Amino acid sequence: MEDSRIDYYPTHELNGIKFRRGHVLPFGASMVSNGVNFSVYSSAATSCTLVLFDRGEARPFAEIPFPDEFRIGNVYAMIVFDLDYERLEYGYRMDGPFNPAAGYRFDKTKILSDPYAKVIGGRDTWLAKPNWDDIYPYRSRLAFEDFDWEGDHPLETPAEDLIIYEMHVRGFTRHPSSGVKNPGTFSAIKSKISYLKGLGINCIELLPVYEFDEWEHSRESPVTGETLVNYWGYSTVNFFSPKAGYAATGKFGMQVDELKTLIKELHKNGIEVILDVVFNHTAEGDHRGHTISFRGIDNKTYYMLTPEGYYFNFSGTGNTLNCNHPVVRNMVLDCLRYWASEYHIDGFRFDLAAILGRDMDGRPLSNPPLLESLAFDPILAKCKLIAEAWDAGGLYQVGSFPAYGRWAEWNGKYRDNVRKFLKSDAGEVGPMAQRIMGSPDLYYHRGPAASINFICCHDGFTLYDMFAYNEKHNEANGENNNDGANDNNSWNCGWEGETDDPNINWLRHKQVKNALTILMVSQGIPMILMGDEVGRTQKGNNNTYCQDNELNWLDWSLLDKNADLYTYSQRIIRFRHLHPVLRSPKHFQHWDYVGSGFPDISFHGTKAWRCDWSTSSRAFAFMLCGYHAKQGAVTDNMVYVAMNMYWETLHFQLPELPDNLKWHLFANTDMPTPEDIFDPGREPQLEDQQNFLVGARSVVVLVGKPV
Amino acid sequence: MSFHILAEAKKIAKITLAGELDSLSAREFQREIEKVAAEGPDELVLFVENLTFISSAGLRVLIFAKQKIGTNLAIYIVQPQENIVDTLEKTGLQHSVNIVDKYM
Repeated sequence: MEDSRIDYYPTHELNGIKFRRGHVLPFGASMVSNGVNFSVYSSAATSCTLVLFDRGEARPFAEIPFPDEFRIGNVYAMIVFDLDYERLEYGYRMDGPFNPAAGYRFDKTKILSDPYAKVIGGRDTWLAKPNWDDIYPYRSRLAFEDFDWEGDHPLETPAEDLIIYEMHVRGFTRHPSSGVKNPGTFSAIKSKISYLKGLGINCIELLPVYEFDEWEHSRESPVTGETLVNYWGYSTVNFFSPKAGYAATGKFGMQVDELKTLIKELHKNGIEVILDVVFNHTAEGDHRGHTISFRGIDNKTYYMLTPEGYYFNFSGTGNTLNCNHPVVRNMVLDCLRYWASEYHIDGFRFDLAAILGRDMDGRPLSNPPLLESLAFDPILAKCKLIAEAWDAGGLYQVGSFPAYGRWAEWNGKYRDNVRKFLKSDAGEVGPMAQRIMGSPDLYYHRGPAASINFICCHDGFTLYDMFAYNEKHNEANGENNNDGANDNNSWNCGWEGETDDPNINWLRHKQVKNALTILMVSQGIPMILMGDEVGRTQKGNNNTYCQDNELNWLDWSLLDKNADLYTYSQRIIRFRHLHPVLRSPKHFQHWDYVGSGFPDISFHGTKAWRCDWSTSSRAFAFMLCGYHAKQGAVTDNMVYVAMNMYWETLHFQLPELPDNLKWHLFANTDMPTPEDIFDPGREPQLEDQQNFLVGARSVVVLVGKPV
Repeated sequence: MSFHILAEAKKIAKITLAGELDSLSAREFQREIEKVAAEGPDELVLFVENLTFISSAGLRVLIFAKQKIGTNLAIYIVQPQENIVDTLEKTGLQHSVNIVDKYM
């Protein structure tokens, strides 16, 4: 019997609480026989006290100072017996110097969350009014780790086969039109899995689901009077804990089970889960911010500090996590390993990842140890690692992020070039050729799957708004429209905002279809923003970080209102899945290495085999040879895509096919529904096999296949 | 005590749960499960008509029962209140148990 072992006998007692020396590893609180092992480190604390609460109680029921003999190195460890695993809340008091100039901010009056806590209590229901006088507002709790995964396993879908759907947990189902029980929760996403499958995506990327405080910086909107909140959640309170307010069962403390259940169901349906992780800063802000955890436990270790002891602000949010400090590096690694192993997460997207490549003084490193550790970690070996390869401190590393053969990047240049091309800017045909090939100019040695292709993401306009607004309209954020990006490369199609003009509305829908088509025929990994498949609008707001309302919630009635867009999205996604030639694991070689008579990719213009690369050109076409699909390992059809962003119709001469193949029309965005896109595999044959009239600002996709 | 257990450890084990199955009562529930496990039942029937709440620790005992007795054990949850079904569904346990209105 394990609980009869001598090492689990209490050796100490204080006011009836029995305890003994603990295990220094693992960090955090772990259940052991009849007790809980607590382990926490601080490089400079002079003493540490464990503080124990019964759930929700205002005052602790015990405070146990760690006897000095329980400390090994800088780690305090203790086993406390006879605790109620489910009702326990715990924290620490750390004593030590308060000397900000030297980097120390110890304050033993504060009760601190455990950086390694697996559950945080205190914000259990979204926007439920907290007790502002709570002496310990973010309470560390224990998590049971006996979830029954049955046969589940991360899916390990080949990267180039992914189609990512970027989603906000709450925004996906919070709108009253979603028709689900418990809107805005993990559980509600589970009840919408059939929608995701029907759309055809095979991966969801969730905006932060780590515990954050939606009340952080909450205020009243000067425009609408609504409460503005920390809606997106890019401000971590604890890295290991799922957001309780995103779980219908959060008020019962079962968010861990609810999220795991969602992931298991998604996996059963072939959908991977990528988490957007924010390791660049925490919710503690700058020197004026709250002390929640890291600042009071080990300020100098966890944060990048200026020589004067202030916080470096490369994240634009007040502080910067000291990611390349060996201790913090290990915490990040422990955290990701925990999510990969305990939650079966398939991949991670790192917010402002360029920060992770800075040294302790903020200088960019050529060989950042954290990024290297993540790339070579055995537990993360099959996880997708995706960098947002820039930061708010001006470090822009798209194409040059230290990748170690593992990292993919949000390709910001893809977004910019496609947007400019779509609004008929000059000089974009050359860059566009690179983008549709998977950006070999940026990722030549890394393969097309290094490129996460996206046109829109949570940060910026929605796809529909890209063609409805020239300027951002962020007044509702209460910052005098000064927040949010100004370089949107958007075009309103002739009128700013909503209009009844049928021609403008027609053009907007066509532009959305053009964008979706370009995205789905590009090599690399496409990512769609939640709702772009049905023309979701944010009314021109390009920075909806604080809006917990219809600006962010997906309106499910758009499925009917914009049925043409939804059908188009479904079919173009299916087309990508059906054609491996669109999903090459390696870059094109521009020659015929399988003997088909055609190079793997060829570029064309209004004349076949002659692409106009000049600055004034706004139209081009490309053809993919199906015999080169997956480097010739499989045979696919020929695929020809013509893109005319010129403002007049152009005749495109089609490349001649071998006798056994004929051109068939899959999509023509210039046609009204249902002639705009056909059922993949049932494309009608073209009467004219030599020429195709491509309308102004239109995209055409042809398939060359046997009759 | 917030709930009652009537155990008949034959091939079919029947337990009645009432009140709140929280961390405290879950321990007692677990001890009962350990007792019936010793008999190796084929079915575990839980009459829960008057059970108003099941906590995380309570759910754990169901998982524990499967682990202790074996995955072939059929667990019947008889006449659960809606919020109990809800909790089982959200935490993914509904696939591991049979939710029935009546145990024949």
